[in-house]
Amino acid sequence: MPPLAQRNLFHDKVRLAVTLTGIVFAVVLIVVELGLFVGFTVTTSGLIDHSGADLWITSKNVPYVEQGVAFSERKLNQVRAVPGVADAQKLVAHWAQWKRHDGGEESVQIVGFNVDDAMERPWNLVAGRVEDLKSPDAIILDELYKQKLGVTRVGEVFEIAGHRARVVGFTRGIRSFTTSPYVFTTFKNAQSYTGLREDQTLFILVKLAPGVNLEQVRGNILARVKDVEVFTTEEFSHMTRFYWMFTTGAGVAVLIAAVLGLVVGFVVVAQTIYATTMDHVREFGTLKAMGAPNSYVYKVIMKQAAISAVIGYVLGMMVSVFVVRASQEGGAAILMPMPMAVGMFFLTLAMCIGAALVSINKVTRIDPAMVFKG
Amino acid sequence: MQPAITVHQITKTYAEGSTGTLALRGVDLEAHAGEVLMLMGPSGSGKTTLLSIMGCILTASSGSVQIAGREITRLKETQLPAIRLEHIGFVFQGFNLFPTLTASENVELMLDLKGLPARSAKKRAAELLDQVGLGGKHDSFPSDLSGGQKQRVAIARALAGDPGIILADEPTAALDSHTGKNVMEMMSELAHKRNRAVVIVTHDSRVLAFADRIVRIEDGAIAGHRDLAAAELVVTPQLHGLPIHSMMGAPLEATL
Repeated sequence: MPPLAQRNLFHDKVRLAVTLTGIVFAVVLIVVELGLFVGFTVTTSGLIDHSGADLWITSKNVPYVEQGVAFSERKLNQVRAVPGVADAQKLVAHWAQWKRHDGGEESVQIVGFNVDDAMERPWNLVAGRVEDLKSPDAIILDELYKQKLGVTRVGEVFEIAGHRARVVGFTRGIRSFTTSPYVFTTFKNAQSYTGLREDQTLFILVKLAPGVNLEQVRGNILARVKDVEVFTTEEFSHMTRFYWMFTTGAGVAVLIAAVLGLVVGFVVVAQTIYATTMDHVREFGTLKAMGAPNSYVYKVIMKQAAISAVIGYVLGMMVSVFVVRASQEGGAAILMPMPMAVGMFFLTLAMCIGAALVSINKVTRIDPAMVFKG
Repeated sequence: MQPAITVHQITKTYAEGSTGTLALRGVDLEAHAGEVLMLMGPSGSGKTTLLSIMGCILTASSGSVQIAGREITRLKETQLPAIRLEHIGFVFQGFNLFPTLTASENVELMLDLKGLPARSAKKRAAELLDQVGLGGKHDSFPSDLSGGQKQRVAIARALAGDPGIILADEPTAALDSHTGKNVMEMMSELAHKRNRAVVIVTHDSRVLAFADRIVRIEDGAIAGHRDLAAAELVVTPQLHGLPIHSMMGAPLEATL
């Protein structure tokens, strides 16, 4: 087949630019909206997903990680005594008030853990070491929130709930969905910052011995330790995500925005592909008059749409990657996991083909007499 | 000899709201291989509608159409492209070339529709363009060609399908008289030397000399026809105001 589709596309550079701009706009819009949804979802459960634990033990009826209810730390020993438990550690994750040097206050989420243990350690450290938390009143926080908390450098001292807090390191990209920054510190410090009694904890994290049956260990813990619930990390992560994304309605709003992004994106693509096809409607009429079956005309239109989709996708993803990277510096994470990037290709293709189908519908209704109009 | 096209008692009504406009009223016509048949008449008389029906791109409201002896009136719309592809080549007033394709590619497109492999199509397109006198213009885009050259490409494209029938709508309207004459010579050659049936809708009195038969259409009906080969004039009196004798001896232009 002579390269009619390619030539139709590339002949009019202005029209091509308009078409591709429409597709790029749609791709970026959808990536940003979906990326925000994914970003928010991942952020809500980031603390859980990075814990490295197999099981989370909570008080009864704890709906999500920020809503932990204190229980006696004596349960820690009971848990450690359960066969199949390789390691168990206490964890605090709770709100506290941060006092800036200018007198202003900010809400923060204290994460208190055992520095000598591998579970629930801060990740992506860009300054300091986790072991530095062993020094008195030491804290590590994320550099994203430096400005919010009035922090400029390692070594600065602040006040959390009336207690001294000295910055010994920074992480990068550990966001909090609630906008209250995570502040990592030792379990003991965390008890002070959050007002937790010395003999209490909010969570117990469990690491299982290799090869043991998770459900069996869970059952054994529930049998030996009273008034607690035991979740797998995936379960607790899902509960937390579901709470923030759907129970609060925050996620629904983002999801609706993502769906709207899809709709607007499709409309933009449909309009641009339709306009491109209509620019050549007389030629399609000529093709039909020459004896081309509808399938031949469809092939040309589909090819045009597919080429537009591929180029639009590549350009759109280049812009999207730039936006995603830029978002790493901001408070709201836009994430684009590989399945989403791959899915976007097929979505772009589907949008363009779908839009072309609208055009095809129009082309099949071309007045045959149009070819005889000079 | 079997006519290339036969239309019998063709009517065509265009829907217009709750009423309709009658574009053709019981037209009978034949076009034969080896002749140039010209359809003439004022604007809105139904010439182009008739040409569209003869070309199977418009269906008649009633009546029958036979292409190379095959009744096509009852064919499904999806079957008509194959009939056009096999039997009919079109030449348009506005050339209707694909502006983004070269002269050669415009012709190759038709050959592709006919199922010719790309390499053979390229070779055949070159031959056809050479035949219409465009030997050095194979890779030129339509925008780089004159009106006459564009029409030659269109003729080459129409011939690429090796059709028995060439339907041309005002093929000289956009051309100067010299170029128009050249194009008409080519059309005449198609009929007389290559035995095609050539049907031309025209307003251009300059081309009448190339006609073997002239059919005048008025108000959707045949008002008269003149067989120049037989020097015979027939007028349908009730549809034509002129007395028969007034056209018999008139110059060709007066037939208009």
